[in-house]
Amino acid sequence: MAGINIQKKYISALAKDGKRIDGRKPDEFREISIETGVIPNAEGSARVRIGETEVLMGVKIDIGTPFPDTPDEGVLMSGAELHPMASRRFETGPPDAESIELARVVDRGIREAHAIDTKKLCITPGEKIWMVMIDAHVMNHQGNLIDACGLAAMAALSTARMPKLDEEGKIVIGEKSDEPLPITTKVFPVTVARINGRLMLDPTLEEEDTMDVRLTISTKDDGNITAMQKGLTGALTMKEIEEAIDMSIKKGKELRKLL
Amino acid sequence: MTEKNTNDIQKSDAANGNVSDEKKIVVPGELLMETMDYLPGKNCFREGNAIYAKKLGLLRTSGRVVEVVPVSGVYNPEVGDMIIGVVDEIQNAGWVIDINAPYTAFIPLSGVREFIDTNKTSLNQIYAAGDLIYGKVMMFSPSKSVHITMQDPKAKKFTDGRVVRINTTKVPRLIGRSGSMISMIKDATKCFISVGQNGMVWLKGENEDIAIKAVQMVEEYAHTTGLTDRVDAFLKKELGSRPAKKESPKESFEEYSKESASNEEYVEAKE
Repeated sequence: MAGINIQKKYISALAKDGKRIDGRKPDEFREISIETGVIPNAEGSARVRIGETEVLMGVKIDIGTPFPDTPDEGVLMSGAELHPMASRRFETGPPDAESIELARVVDRGIREAHAIDTKKLCITPGEKIWMVMIDAHVMNHQGNLIDACGLAAMAALSTARMPKLDEEGKIVIGEKSDEPLPITTKVFPVTVARINGRLMLDPTLEEEDTMDVRLTISTKDDGNITAMQKGLTGALTMKEIEEAIDMSIKKGKELRKLL
Repeated sequence: MTEKNTNDIQKSDAANGNVSDEKKIVVPGELLMETMDYLPGKNCFREGNAIYAKKLGLLRTSGRVVEVVPVSGVYNPEVGDMIIGVVDEIQNAGWVIDINAPYTAFIPLSGVREFIDTNKTSLNQIYAAGDLIYGKVMMFSPSKSVHITMQDPKAKKFTDGRVVRINTTKVPRLIGRSGSMISMIKDATKCFISVGQNGMVWLKGENEDIAIKAVQMVEEYAHTTGLTDRVDAFLKKELGSRPAKKESPKESFEEYSKESASNEEYVEAKE
C-alpha cells in the first residue's frame, strides 16, 4: 500500500528536471483554503484544505490542575486522529506511529516557540490552570498532513475564545468570553521532501510515496526556527538542509499572510 | 454516433409512446413506476407492482428495462469486468489487489497463466507490491470477495506509462458509444490507453499529458451534451500547438488499438 511503481518512476524522472506531476513549481503549494469557527461547541476550530488534503482541527479549553514542576503554567496537549474514512491506508484502533508523529511535530513547533504564553493560563498557582487541547482530525489524506495540521492548529488557536466562568469559578457551558488565547507568535511547519535529489514543498500522496527523506521545519514570526523533524530513511547533506531551511522560512512568510 | 443523433433517437422513442426521455433525477427509494410492463434494471428494485430507485441518479429506460444511472459512486465489481488494480500485498497463495472499490480483490495462483511452484518461485517475481495489473473479474461472491484472473488474452502487467483515476460512473462516458470517445483520444494523441471499469485509466505515449487532460475533461463534463465535439476541438487545439514528431509508432499503435477495441465492444455490449 505504498503507491504504484510506474507512477513513482514517472514522478522520480520528472523531479530530475525540477518538474512535478501536477505542473507545480518545486516551491509551490497546492491551493490552500482556511475556514475558522466551524465547530460551534469547541472554543476554537478550523478546517484547512491543501489541495485535496483536508484537516479539521478543534481547540478545547478546560480547567485542570498543573503539573507539580510547573505550578504556575497552563498545559498544552495535542492529538491527531487518522480516520479510516480519510484514506484506505488508515485503520481503526489505537494511534499508530504516523498519527503520534503528526501530533508531536505540530505540538513541538507550538510548544518550543512558546507560541501560547502558558504563564497567562494560570488561574490559581499550584491549583487551577487552563488546559488547552488541540485535536486534529484528518478528513482526507492526499499528502502533506503535517503542514495542513500545523496551519489548522494555528488558525484554530488564534481564533479561539476562552470559556466563560461563573462566580464560583466554574465554566458556563455553552458560552464563550471575548478573551482570546495569549498567543505570542504564529508558528508554521513547512515540510520539504526530497525526490530524486530535488527538494520540493507540499508533497502529494504520490510524491510522499516517492520521496526518500523529508524534513519539517517550523518557523516563528521573526523567521527563527523553533522545531525540526526529519523523517524516513534517507540522509541529507548540509547544503540540502540549508536549502530546505531557506525554502521553509520563505514559505512560512507567505503562509503567515493567510491568517 | 454523435450526441445529436442519440438525442433524436430518444425523442422518437418518446414520440412512440415510450417513457419520457427527459433526464429525470431520482433519489433512493423514489417510486419510478407502478406497472408489471417494465423490468427493474441496474440500481432499481421491485416491490409488489412498483419499481423503486436504489441510488441517486438519472432515470433511463431502454426497451422494457428501467434503470438508474448513478451520478456518482464507488466501483461495484461485476463478473467479466476488465479492471486495473494495484498489487497491495503478497500472500501464500496469491496477491491482494487494490481495485479502487470498497473491497480488495485477490488473484489466486490459479488466476495466472503460468504454473508456479511456490517452493521454487517467489510470488514477488510474478507480481510485486505496487505493480499495476489489468485483469478480469472472475468471481464476485455475495460475501463481497472479489477474485481476478489474468488468464485472459487482454490481461497484462503494465511496466511503464502513467495512471489516472476517474469516477467509476463516468467510465461509460469516457469510452463513448462503440468506443467513439476513447478511440478519438487515442487517435489524436497517439497514446496507448486502457480503461478499467473501476475508474482507473492507464496511458502511455508522447502526448500522454494531453490525453490525461482530455480524460479529465470528459470526467468533469460527463453530464453535458456535445462533449465529443468539444473534446475533439480541445485535442486539435492542444496538439496543433505542438510540432509534429518525425516518427510515430503508427504500426504498433494500430495493432494495439485493435486489441483494445475488442475490449470496448465488450463494454458496449454490457451496457
